[in-house]
Amino acid sequence: MTDPIAPAIELKGISKAFGPVQANKDISIRVMPGTIHGIIGENGAGKSTLMSILYGFYKADAGEVWINGRKTEIPDSQAAIAAGIGMVFQHFKLVQNFTVLENVILGAEDGPMLGTSLARARGELRALAEEYELSVDPDQLIENLSVGHQQRVEILKALYRKADILILDEPTGVLTPAEADHLFRILDNLRAEGKTIVLITHKLREIMEITDTVSVMRRGEMTATVKTAETSPEQLAELMVGRKVLLRVDKVPARPGDAVLRVENLRHVDSHGVERLKGISLEVRAGEILGIAGVAGNGQSELLEVLGGYADATGTVRVNGKEIALSGPGSDGGARRACGIAHVPEDRQTEGLIMAYTAWENTVFGYHRDPRYQSGVLMNNALIREEAQDKMTRYDVRPPNPQLAARNFSGGNQQKIVLAREIERDPDILLIGQPTRGVDIGAIEFIHQEIVRLRDKGKAILLVSVELDEIFSLSDRIAVMFDGRIMGERLPDETDQTELGLLMAGVTGDPSGDPIKAVEASLEDKAAREAASHD
Amino acid sequence: MDKMPAWADAVLVPLISILLAAILSALVILAIGESPLDALNLMVEGALMRSSGWGYTLYYTTNFIFTGLCVAVAFHAKMFNIGGEGQAMIGGLGVALVCLFIPFPHWSIALLVATAAAAVFGALWALIPAYLQAKRGSHIVITTIMFNFIAAAVLNYVLVNVLRPQGAMDPATATFPAATHLPTFQEMFATADNPLFRGSPANVTFFLAVLACVGFWYLIWRTKLGYEIRAFGHSESAAKYAGISPVRITIVAMLISGGLAGMMALNTTMGEAERLVMNATEGAGFIGIAVALMGRSHPVGIFLAALLFGFLYQGGAELALWTNIPRELITVIQALVILFTGALDNMVRMPLERIFLATRRRNG
Repeated sequence: MTDPIAPAIELKGISKAFGPVQANKDISIRVMPGTIHGIIGENGAGKSTLMSILYGFYKADAGEVWINGRKTEIPDSQAAIAAGIGMVFQHFKLVQNFTVLENVILGAEDGPMLGTSLARARGELRALAEEYELSVDPDQLIENLSVGHQQRVEILKALYRKADILILDEPTGVLTPAEADHLFRILDNLRAEGKTIVLITHKLREIMEITDTVSVMRRGEMTATVKTAETSPEQLAELMVGRKVLLRVDKVPARPGDAVLRVENLRHVDSHGVERLKGISLEVRAGEILGIAGVAGNGQSELLEVLGGYADATGTVRVNGKEIALSGPGSDGGARRACGIAHVPEDRQTEGLIMAYTAWENTVFGYHRDPRYQSGVLMNNALIREEAQDKMTRYDVRPPNPQLAARNFSGGNQQKIVLAREIERDPDILLIGQPTRGVDIGAIEFIHQEIVRLRDKGKAILLVSVELDEIFSLSDRIAVMFDGRIMGERLPDETDQTELGLLMAGVTGDPSGDPIKAVEASLEDKAAREAASHD
Repeated sequence: MDKMPAWADAVLVPLISILLAAILSALVILAIGESPLDALNLMVEGALMRSSGWGYTLYYTTNFIFTGLCVAVAFHAKMFNIGGEGQAMIGGLGVALVCLFIPFPHWSIALLVATAAAAVFGALWALIPAYLQAKRGSHIVITTIMFNFIAAAVLNYVLVNVLRPQGAMDPATATFPAATHLPTFQEMFATADNPLFRGSPANVTFFLAVLACVGFWYLIWRTKLGYEIRAFGHSESAAKYAGISPVRITIVAMLISGGLAGMMALNTTMGEAERLVMNATEGAGFIGIAVALMGRSHPVGIFLAALLFGFLYQGGAELALWTNIPRELITVIQALVILFTGALDNMVRMPLERIFLATRRRNG
């Protein structure tokens, strides 16, 4: 060994298979102490599996784990904690109706009585808050905290357990840009104090911004480890996908026509009685893409559900000038499709596809009542199959086998099946939610091109995405949603991530003073209002 | 990637389950001092080696096909209809009413009308739980099982107080008119020098059951309704996205399910007893659950599973008749088969999946 300092984490030849799928193949990696090490890769590349092995959730089939220069067995998460490893999951593991303090000590209590533990935790939390900008009100219930604050509680939990190594799995997926910036400042402070951080992400921008070293994974293998300063997003993308990738969407300026979809004062109350849409008004013109930006959970999903015909609402929606029903008969998905609205839903696995159905059965899902697909009382399966084969070839679905069940396709190919089905109906309006969530970079390129192609054919497209990059590269106009309202509309050329980020956090007007403070204030305001509406 | 080839899932898993149940049953028979081999011999002899044995086996099979299909339709819509028993009882009431009060010129017309009546009565009995599930969210398992008790009580009341002929002692209707008599297998197939199916109850409704299997296949895999039922069963959220109404599918699937259960009564009430008696269903509604599970909700599987249970019923009766094996033990054997093929399905499936994966990895 040439390096005098032992790596904080060293994995040697880790392999793990799930059935016939080799999730990790002979992976070796060294993470030096006091650095931020990024692990980047497409969905299904094996990043999460690798970290789960490190945290004791899975047992590796082969290979060794060395922590701080010592060979360490990690059979379960207790052992991982004992070895000084802390993990912040993508989906937080917090008890919603416990306070911050109670969550922090949960599982790490000093004895049967909670008093002493709580007192000790309170002191430590105060110290940690000062040291790392990790301030959270210790007596607040989790359910009243914003997502960014909840994430801080997760980090605090790990630090309270004396973690020196912190693993964060896709930490910015649920954060506004401002919250993400704050998180990165926290990570910076932690690094300065000598903590080691492993950051798992699929966002190239974050890797370039914060990491010291980056490892790229592809199909279960570690394809490269490079110094961040010595690489570029283009090179990383190429390493992830295995070929050159177009990171920008090629498109000409839009030539919008008349308003095809006109929404006025749309309101929707969910089954818990919470108002999710609070008077949405917008219009989408022929030949343009209106992008809806916003942090997940601010009513975008409900907007798509209402327009797609499976949630009731009040207000007016006009399609090509004709008003459509928003509740009762004539407001279901079938009626929407009949008036020219196609919908690629946000979640293809629970909405857009029947995973157990074959690809060909899925290519008519939602349009299966079309008389074209009937012959007498039976369905004309031969025709459906034939058309499916054709669609799959044209949309480059791999493998192009219509007999395969939908669940056997990768995320990107599943999305192509949905896209083929909806676009091939030649709709006037396409609603499309999270078009590239869980889709590999190669397919993202294709999907973006298809969306732009549809726009250029003069169709109206309503795009909902939590990926700001996607919103920027596709949209002709951007509307920002926050807390069931449209906060404002911007043109992509005349705005930037910072301005949109503020709108996404509910801040309008001139953000004088500290924008971060303003964001936090408005988030707490929102949390308080939500808490009130629950009572 | 699928874990096992389809043939292993459809054939190997139930076969191993039956084998395990058979081994355990053999041990039980051994424990009470009888020979399992002799017992098996007797069952096969009694149920399958004589045409009259077949006549009984197929009679039971007919019941189990109808109730198996009943459960399977609901399964496809991801509902657990435990109410086949009650729906069949009420279906029997429908059969009895038309047979008793409509003067039919010929059995074929009587069969057509009685089929409609049985299906409508069974379906209506399923409609109430279906409505409660669709509109009020009352769990269908709870409501259908409760409706079995209500059906039994209703039938009891009607038989004792309304339909019992004057002076008769047992709670049953009068015997149906001769014109409603359905041809038995004996009448259909026996010749003077070849007395087939003598004295056995199998009758023309067996063919109706086979027809129902075919119809079931077309309904589920070839029609838009079947497409929607299966889609709803796999994912309610996806169904909503596609404009499929959960309320409609819940109710329609349960109506079909109840109708099929009701049609079982044609066999017992019109074909065999020729009058409506208490407990005409003899638990066939519950056997239907095992049949549907074992048959993977596919009509071919259901037919084969119904045949197996028909064999067990008839073979069991033979055992009780000719050996010291008590009647209760027959129930134990049947229960073991249900346990292994239905409830313990995963116990066989999971090791089998592992074996297939291991061999595939070695080869691949």
